[in-house]
Amino acid sequence: MSTVQTSEGAQEMVFSRKGMGADELLRELGSVLRMSEADAQTSAPPDGDEAETMIINMGPQHPSTHGVLRLMLELDGETVVRSKPIIGYLHTGMEKTAEDLTFLQGPTNVTRMDYASPLFNVLVVTAATEKLLGITDDIPERATWIRMLLCELNRMSSHLLFLATNGLDMGATSVMIYGWREREQVLRIFEKITGLRMNHNFIRPGGVAADLPDGWYDDILALCDAVEPRLEEYDTLMTGQPMWRDRFQGVGVINAQEVYALGATGPILRSTGVAWDLRRDEPYLAYDQVDFDVVVGSYGDAFDRFAIRLNEIRESIRIVRQVIDAMPAGDYRIQDKKVTPPPRARIDESMEALIHHFKIFTEGFKVPAGEAYASVESPRGELGCYIVADGGAKPWRVHVRGPSFINLQTLPHMMHGGLIADAVVSISSVDPIMGEVDR
Amino acid sequence: MADATVDENPAGPEVEPEPERRHGALVTESRGDVVLHPSRHEVVDLVRTLRDDEGYWMCLDVCGVDYLGYGAPRALPVGAGPERFEVVYLLINHRDRTRLRIRVQVPEHDAVVPTMFEVHPGTEAPEREVFDMFGIAFAGHPDLTRILMPEDWDGHPLRKDYGIGAIPVQCKGVETQP
Repeated sequence: MSTVQTSEGAQEMVFSRKGMGADELLRELGSVLRMSEADAQTSAPPDGDEAETMIINMGPQHPSTHGVLRLMLELDGETVVRSKPIIGYLHTGMEKTAEDLTFLQGPTNVTRMDYASPLFNVLVVTAATEKLLGITDDIPERATWIRMLLCELNRMSSHLLFLATNGLDMGATSVMIYGWREREQVLRIFEKITGLRMNHNFIRPGGVAADLPDGWYDDILALCDAVEPRLEEYDTLMTGQPMWRDRFQGVGVINAQEVYALGATGPILRSTGVAWDLRRDEPYLAYDQVDFDVVVGSYGDAFDRFAIRLNEIRESIRIVRQVIDAMPAGDYRIQDKKVTPPPRARIDESMEALIHHFKIFTEGFKVPAGEAYASVESPRGELGCYIVADGGAKPWRVHVRGPSFINLQTLPHMMHGGLIADAVVSISSVDPIMGEVDR
Repeated sequence: MADATVDENPAGPEVEPEPERRHGALVTESRGDVVLHPSRHEVVDLVRTLRDDEGYWMCLDVCGVDYLGYGAPRALPVGAGPERFEVVYLLINHRDRTRLRIRVQVPEHDAVVPTMFEVHPGTEAPEREVFDMFGIAFAGHPDLTRILMPEDWDGHPLRKDYGIGAIPVQCKGVETQP
C-alpha cells in the first residue's frame, strides 16, 4: 500500500491490490456476496494482524437504506472492503399469494411490490396474462395509449421520488421537499384518473378499469407545464453545483462488462453507456409511435445515474405531451364477455350481462394452459413477469423479475474500495425499492 | 436407425421429422418465444456457448416452478421428460434483440442443478431465491443460503405441498386452519 506523509504521520491513502493472490483478488472483486459465512471465517486475517478489518451492520433501520435493506460492511478504516446486502425483511410471500388469486385479482396483489411505480407492476402482469389469453393484439388503441400515458406519468413520479430521496440521503433537504412537491402533483392526477394515489390496480387484463375523467387533458397539460421549468431549477440547484458534482462524480463506478455479468438493467446499465431501453429496443404498447431519446451516461458513476433519471423525466414529459395530443377515441377495454365485465348499463337490462359480471368477479376467467413471459421498462430497469397457467382461473405460478432485486447485486462492486460515506451515495444511486426486492 | 427407416420406406408419411436442436438442446416455441430444453447436466455448457458464440451476454433471471399436481399437459418436447421441478433461465442478446428461455427439468428425489454463477455471476441472488423458495440446490454456488426467508425457517414456501399458512387468531371459539 502506498503511504503518504501527513501532519499526523504516515497514512495509507490508496487501497492497493498489489501482492494479492488470484483467489484473494477474486474474492475482493467479487465482494463478499459470493462468499459464505464459513468461508469468511477461514479467510479472515488472524487475530492481531495489522490489517484487521471491522465488520459493521448498516441497516435495516438506517435512514438511507430506502426501507429495510441491511448491509454488512467490512471496513478497513473508513474504506469499504467488502459488503453484502442482506434482504428479506419485507418478504410477504406475494408470489405464493398470487397462486391463490384469480387473474383479475393478480394485478391488485402486485401493485404492492414496487410501490413507487405500481402501474408498471400491474402492466407487466396484465401483459403476461394477455399473452396467455392471446388477446395482446386485440386491445383497443385507446386502452393502449391510456396505459402508456399512465406509465409515463408514473415514471415521472418515480424519478421525482428518486430525486427527493437522493437529495435527502445527501442532506440536501430542499431538494427532498421539491421532489415530494412535484411528485404530489403527479399523484393528484393519478387520484383523479384512477381514484387512488398509489396501488391503483387500474390496468387490467383486457384494457383499463375506466375511461379518462373529464378535464384530464387540461390537468395533464398543466402538470407538464408546471414540472418542466422546475427541472431547469433542479439543474441550477443540483447539476451545476460544484458541491453536488463532487459528491457524486466518480463515486460508485461500475463498467458495462460488470453490469452485463451481474444482469443489472435500467439506469445502471444506461449509465455505463449502453443504450438499452425496452421502450425503444423491444417496443411494447405504442412506444414505436412516439418520439423520445434514450438517455445514456459515459462514466457509470452515481452522477450519471442521477443525470439519467433527471433527464428521463424530461423525456417522459415529452412522451406525455405526444400521448395526450394523439389520444385515440374508442373503447377503453376489450369487448370480450369472457375477460372484461360488461358495461354497467347492460347489467340492468340483460340477464346474461349480470351473469357474466358475476362470474368474472367471483370465479374469474379461465386462461389457457402454458407459460408466458412479458417485460416492460420500469423506472428501475427490466420488470418481467413469468406466468405459468394450468387452464384454470388462477395462475399456477407467478414470478416477478424485480429489477431492484437484481440491481442490488451491483452494490458490492460499486462500494468496493470507496469510503463508507460514499456507500450511502451508491445505495441511493441504485434506487432500490425494497417491496420489489423482497416481494 | 432413423436413416435406415427412411431408406427402406422413402415415401412413408409416418416418418417423424428430426426434432430441432440448438447446441444439442431441444427447441420449442411458446407464444412467440424460443424455448430450449437441455438436461440439467448440459445447461451450464449450453449457456456458456450461447454467451460466448451467440452474444447472449446477460442472464436476466432464474426462477423455479413446482409442477406437483399440475393438471394440464406440459408443453415439453419428446425427450425432455417432465419432472416435478423446473428451473427457468431467461437470456437476452442485446445486439440482435432476441431472447431465449431455458427450461430445465429437475427431479424431486435429486433436486440439484449445477450453478450458473461461473458463467453469469448475476444469477447469484436469483439462484439463492430458488433454493430458498423451492429447495432446489445449486451445486457449486458460492453462498447457498436462504435469502428471503429467515435462516432458521423450515420448508420451502413456494412448493405446492407447502400450505398457505395462517396466523393463530386470538379469538374465542375460532379454529385456525393450517
